[in-house]
Amino acid sequence: MGSISLKNVSKVFGEAAVIPSLDLEINKGEFVVFVGPSGCGKSTLLRLIAGLEDVSGGQIAIDGVDATSLPPAKRGLAMVFQSYALYPHMSVRSNIAFPLKMAGLDKAEIDRKVTEAAKVLNLTDYLDRKPRQLSGGQRQRVAIGRAIVRQPSAFLFDEPLSNLDAALRVNMRLEISELHQQLKTTMIYVTHDQVEAMTMADKIVVLNKGRVEQVGSPLELYRSPANLFVAGFIGSPKMNLLTGEYARAHGATTVGIRPEHITLSTTEGEWKGVVTVAEHLGSDTFLHVDVPGIGHVNARVSGELPVGHGDTVYLSPQRERLHRFNDQGLAQ
Amino acid sequence: MARKVSTARKLTFTAIAWVIALLIFFPILWTILTSFKTEAEAVASPPSFVFFDWTLENYAEVQARSDYFKHFSNSVVISLGSTLFGLLIAIPAAWAMAFSPTKKTKDVLMWMLSTKMMPPVGALIPVYLIFRDTGFLDSRSGLVFVLMLINLPIIVWMLYTYFREIPGEILEAARMDGASLAKEITHILAPMAVPGIASTVLLNIILAWNEAFWTLNLTASKAAPLTTFIASYSSPEGLFYAKLSAASTMAIAPVLILGWFSQKQLVRGLTFGAVK
Amino acid sequence: MATLHTRSHARLMMAPSVLLLLGWMIVPLAMTIYFSFLRYNLLMPGMEEYAGLMNYRFFLTDPAFFTALANTLILTGGVLLITVIGGILMALLLDQPMFGQGIVRILVIAPFFVMPTVSALVWKNMFMNPVNGLFAALAKSVGLAPLDWLAEVPLLSIILIVAWQWLPFATLILLTALQSLDEEQKEAAEMDGAGFFSRFIYIVLPHMARAITVVILIQTIFLLSVFAEILVTTNGGPGIQTTNITYLVYAQALLQFDIGGASAGGIVAVVLANIVAFFLMRMIGKNLEA
Repeated sequence: MGSISLKNVSKVFGEAAVIPSLDLEINKGEFVVFVGPSGCGKSTLLRLIAGLEDVSGGQIAIDGVDATSLPPAKRGLAMVFQSYALYPHMSVRSNIAFPLKMAGLDKAEIDRKVTEAAKVLNLTDYLDRKPRQLSGGQRQRVAIGRAIVRQPSAFLFDEPLSNLDAALRVNMRLEISELHQQLKTTMIYVTHDQVEAMTMADKIVVLNKGRVEQVGSPLELYRSPANLFVAGFIGSPKMNLLTGEYARAHGATTVGIRPEHITLSTTEGEWKGVVTVAEHLGSDTFLHVDVPGIGHVNARVSGELPVGHGDTVYLSPQRERLHRFNDQGLAQ
Repeated sequence: MARKVSTARKLTFTAIAWVIALLIFFPILWTILTSFKTEAEAVASPPSFVFFDWTLENYAEVQARSDYFKHFSNSVVISLGSTLFGLLIAIPAAWAMAFSPTKKTKDVLMWMLSTKMMPPVGALIPVYLIFRDTGFLDSRSGLVFVLMLINLPIIVWMLYTYFREIPGEILEAARMDGASLAKEITHILAPMAVPGIASTVLLNIILAWNEAFWTLNLTASKAAPLTTFIASYSSPEGLFYAKLSAASTMAIAPVLILGWFSQKQLVRGLTFGAVK
Repeated sequence: MATLHTRSHARLMMAPSVLLLLGWMIVPLAMTIYFSFLRYNLLMPGMEEYAGLMNYRFFLTDPAFFTALANTLILTGGVLLITVIGGILMALLLDQPMFGQGIVRILVIAPFFVMPTVSALVWKNMFMNPVNGLFAALAKSVGLAPLDWLAEVPLLSIILIVAWQWLPFATLILLTALQSLDEEQKEAAEMDGAGFFSRFIYIVLPHMARAITVVILIQTIFLLSVFAEILVTTNGGPGIQTTNITYLVYAQALLQFDIGGASAGGIVAVVLANIVAFFLMRMIGKNLEA
């Protein structure tokens, strides 16, 4: 249960092709993250899978069965919305029970499942409250509760953490990952935040302008980005992308080197530059360095380093970590 | 943000505001007070404010002489009837426009609004003649129909602005949760829409209750609501201040009370959502 | 899931409202236009005949028309002036910290809920009456001769009555707009060194501009058609001193039974109202997109 396969799926709104044509395989039990800048079509893709939008062409199969024209409720999927979409007039208990009630389960069974879900999600004390009496994180958990009671073949998450503050986001990220470990159900998760994608996913699908740029595990994308877009999108701080003389010397149009793959020295090295800004995070130091002839280079070096604005430093990119891209922007 | 407001400043504003508010409210207060006076005290000079013999006889008198409750029930039937009929017709329309909008939805809404802009004298003569020839003159059903029509744009608009505030994601969530269209309506939409429908009803009852162009022109006695009934006091033989006050107090009291509950909705309803 | 299926449903759901309003708009208007070209008097049934533009010529050259037009404009303008300025001041006042704000609000709003015939009668008899009215008592108590308001300053009296009814509406809407002003904006202006009056002129007033426009336009629609207040207090008199266009048409139709002439007047009123409506619709239409 829980495999989803898209064949030639496309979506056109009026004149605009939001998704030109797309193939994708999602295996049973995988945690798949759709990531990309806003407007890349990731949410539309999720809604196509959910059945909330009709496809303009192509086929969607769930567990090997063609689901292209099935209504959302018949697809056996559950969704957690960005706004949580809790029913404001119902208590937490009724919210979680709603899909079960719609499925026609008997009352005892519903009660049992709701209690169980509430326990898993630490909502037991809040079951009789209304959504507006809950904090953002609690609302998020109710929305998840409403999804898990149905025991769907897959969960769909549409940017579920974007309305939470930073600290809570880290917590919920962990909770969702743990939930996945526990339930082992397929999850499809949409986000624009590459950190969420890297930390949670088994498989990341990078989308840009409705096209799949690359599919792979977080480390695959990190180690060998297929093109300039993925190279620039995955990883924080961003990969340095250098063109011109230096790139040509390496037989490429563009050469990429991640900030953490640059070695720093105060005495000697390949590039000599001047620090414009040093960001001291404690664990790391991010250096913004102007290198004459090369350009602006970011480097991530060890923490607690006594370097500041105006200091001269030497940087050496690690040869084996260089990424080369041709004039099409594709990895060589 | 919260700065301490000096008590002196607050007291000054309180005094000014109360004086002005009482001045504005005074005609209503005076009417209510006068309704408890005898006719002699009502025109006494200098007038007395509180120290008079309070009496209820005017209320009994108004009912006995002119059958107040007939007109009161006419008002109730006409305002409730026109509002409920309007609701019945408007809910599906507002629903459709809020939840499956098309490119034309805005035009339809604006057009509906434009019918409200037509001055009533533009339609008075034909409506009067049609009513005269079909026997609807001075009938409650005729007025229910006309008031329903003149308030229909407001009802559609108010409902539309309320329905539109129900987030689409909630309907999608219900759909994902396996709710059929019927269950989506009964379990999710109706409970969320009820407050909006209630405010719409409230405001429209008030507007219909106070409507004084069509009621004055299309009724005489049998179907006359309170607006027409009160207007009959303008003839010289009706010059009994205490009774006039009693009749007036009874005519405005129900709506005054309803109105205080609907302050917020009033703004939205009367500005067609342009000010919230 | 806006499928074709739900779209045809939507059309069906809108049909009753649209058809009823279409009928309400077209049938009476078409008949009024038709009548306006007839010589048609209810006292002479069966004598109807085509009269061309005669009714319009008579109506538009009748001195009463110009008086009524002037009265309509003075009444509308006067009430607007009082209610908008008064409304702004009231809104500013009610926005201040005070004790019993809720009750003050309720008292101020109350006149709006009083039916027009009641407020007209109460003002006419209990306040403006030269013998028994409260104003007369007030004048006598300070040694002045009482004023017969509705005989000596009839239009002003009606303006005051109507303004009393509409001041709450303006206050309520302007107060709502005022309270939606972002507190931080006012604080930013305060940090920038703006005093109370500069803050009012540069921050508060522009913020309220839209609400003020809405108040003016909506009130204008209703004020052009003031009827009950005139019928109950002065019957358009003395003479035609308080006859506005609405009352003129009513008098021509239902008192003189001149259907043709009244219809021409009705069409003139429709044209006038449409000029105002044009601006109002554009305002509200713009808001729909937001």
